[in-house]
Amino acid sequence: MTQHALPILILASALALSACASKKDVLPAESWQAAPAPAEAPIDQPGTVPPVEQVAPTTLSGMQADMVAAAGADIVYFPYDSYGLDEAARAVLGGQAEWLVRNGSVRANIEGHTDERGTREYNLALGERRANAAKNFLAAQGVDPGRLSVISFGKERPAVEGANEDAWARNRRAVTIVVSGGR
Amino acid sequence: MVKSRLMALLLLAAPFAVGVPAAAQLRVDITSGTQAPMPIAVPAFPTGASAPTPAGTTVELGRQVAGIISGNLQGSGLFRPLGAGVFPVPGVADVQRPQFGAFRSAAAQALVTGFVTANPNGTLTIGCYLYDVFSEEELMRQGFTVTPAGWRRAAHKCSDAVYSRLTGESGYFDSRIVYVAESGPRTKRVKRLAIMDQDGANHRFLTSGQSLVLMPRFSPVNETISYMSFANDRPRVWLYNIGTGQQEAVGTFDSMSFAGRFSPDGRTLLMSVTRSGNADIYAYDVGSRRSTRLSSSNAIDTSPSFSPDGRQIVFESDRGGAQQLYVMNADGSGAQRISFGDGRAGSPVWSPRGDLIAFTRMVGGQFRIAVIRPDGSGERLLTDSWQDEGPSWSPNGRVILFSRTERNGRTTLRSIDLTGRNDRRIPTPLDASDPAWGPLLR
Repeated sequence: MTQHALPILILASALALSACASKKDVLPAESWQAAPAPAEAPIDQPGTVPPVEQVAPTTLSGMQADMVAAAGADIVYFPYDSYGLDEAARAVLGGQAEWLVRNGSVRANIEGHTDERGTREYNLALGERRANAAKNFLAAQGVDPGRLSVISFGKERPAVEGANEDAWARNRRAVTIVVSGGR
Repeated sequence: MVKSRLMALLLLAAPFAVGVPAAAQLRVDITSGTQAPMPIAVPAFPTGASAPTPAGTTVELGRQVAGIISGNLQGSGLFRPLGAGVFPVPGVADVQRPQFGAFRSAAAQALVTGFVTANPNGTLTIGCYLYDVFSEEELMRQGFTVTPAGWRRAAHKCSDAVYSRLTGESGYFDSRIVYVAESGPRTKRVKRLAIMDQDGANHRFLTSGQSLVLMPRFSPVNETISYMSFANDRPRVWLYNIGTGQQEAVGTFDSMSFAGRFSPDGRTLLMSVTRSGNADIYAYDVGSRRSTRLSSSNAIDTSPSFSPDGRQIVFESDRGGAQQLYVMNADGSGAQRISFGDGRAGSPVWSPRGDLIAFTRMVGGQFRIAVIRPDGSGERLLTDSWQDEGPSWSPNGRVILFSRTERNGRTTLRSIDLTGRNDRRIPTPLDASDPAWGPLLR
């Protein structure tokens, strides 16, 4: 390298003087070209989302109140990290089952929920376990399982806010919602 | 004419020392976690003659490019940038022949400089040079030609080149984060998918908030994300092309699907599908749209994540009684438990470097981000707050993004580097959760 140092320095000064004249001379050895950024996509627009294949069920508040009066509650609760039905839960679900058998025209959607003390994905599955436990009990009590659907919300829809045992206990639940229509 | 000048330019690019003692290689050690941040000068990038562009004048852009680079390097925790406020704007001639005296006096060890030029065809060219201040060697030079709308990417690419040259690792600054923006009371939370550059710029919402949305994840190879939506009361995984806006439901499962995560080649989407109150892991072939069930225990199997060589999958299962981490072959065979010790383990994610798995360690009610080797050894807890969960790796496998919930319900995005240092907030316009770090952009 050293024996060529002088000629390189001369050439370099020549380049430096001409730098202002031609930006191409100072362009670095590598170059990279960006593709143009994509246009902003429409949000939730018709035509971008496939057509609805399922009609969401409609809730019936009058009949819901009727069921609550007959069964005592439309909610049952669960111990931490469990989907077992205790005696109180079985009593309430038993009452719901009787009412559902008497009111054969409606369907029920059972929501499963958890408290916040689990990872998001696990809690979605645990919520479904709870909803299924309630559904299976109702079916065992004579309700046609074809009238029952389940949905889990995991920890996404707590009934009460709060980071304490009382709030957590009230969020670990399965809720039976009387609906009409739906698949 | 051009050829001989180019030859001279290339020779000039090779480092040579004239009367200056050879310096020890300038290097940032990013694995020990004990080195003080390297002081690095990043003065504003000069421009020949100020020209207007749709993104501002080239003079303003030169200041902002230096600002972005400083912000990126500072955010990594490895550098202490001395920025535009400390030094005057250099002249264009200083870019190739810096006057090192001022930078040495400020105790900078390295210098990042460059220029901004508006080209006649409407593009911008941004040059990026890195120098060792003590030895005065040029360490690296690159040039980036961008449209005015993409000028920030040149600053991120320059940051990546600087980071890479000084650490020996690939960078992570030219990348995006997709996440869930949250608002409203916790009992009626509104959640929207959102995307932004990793430094928070170019933020936009991808969904309207009409449906509950969760767990967005990038495809490694194209403008597609997978996510889970409760639209029409039918919770399932969707594929969303964020360039065209087109969406497609994944599979035709009758039950809930969730926890989608792409394979390293982008051809397979792993996810969980429920079955009679349990959940199994499926592999969905994006091209053929066919699904294969990989696990079938009477347990909740979820949060699957491929190793970077695509040969193994880490996932979470309660088949042993409580949530723990398991590693199995990509065909679903040979599942082995890898997490032990106190409490439960969930939401595992395999590092793009292959060496570690990040996950959520739950003991009592406390959630902490931890890492573990794929053989189950070397577990290390990285964070210590109330509820940190849902880790996601930077493209270079050195920084972990995660979601922090405080006892009062506030949820924010944070990142921490592998050494457990530099725990910092990623600013978002609203509360935020479920972050996913996308690949380095091309």
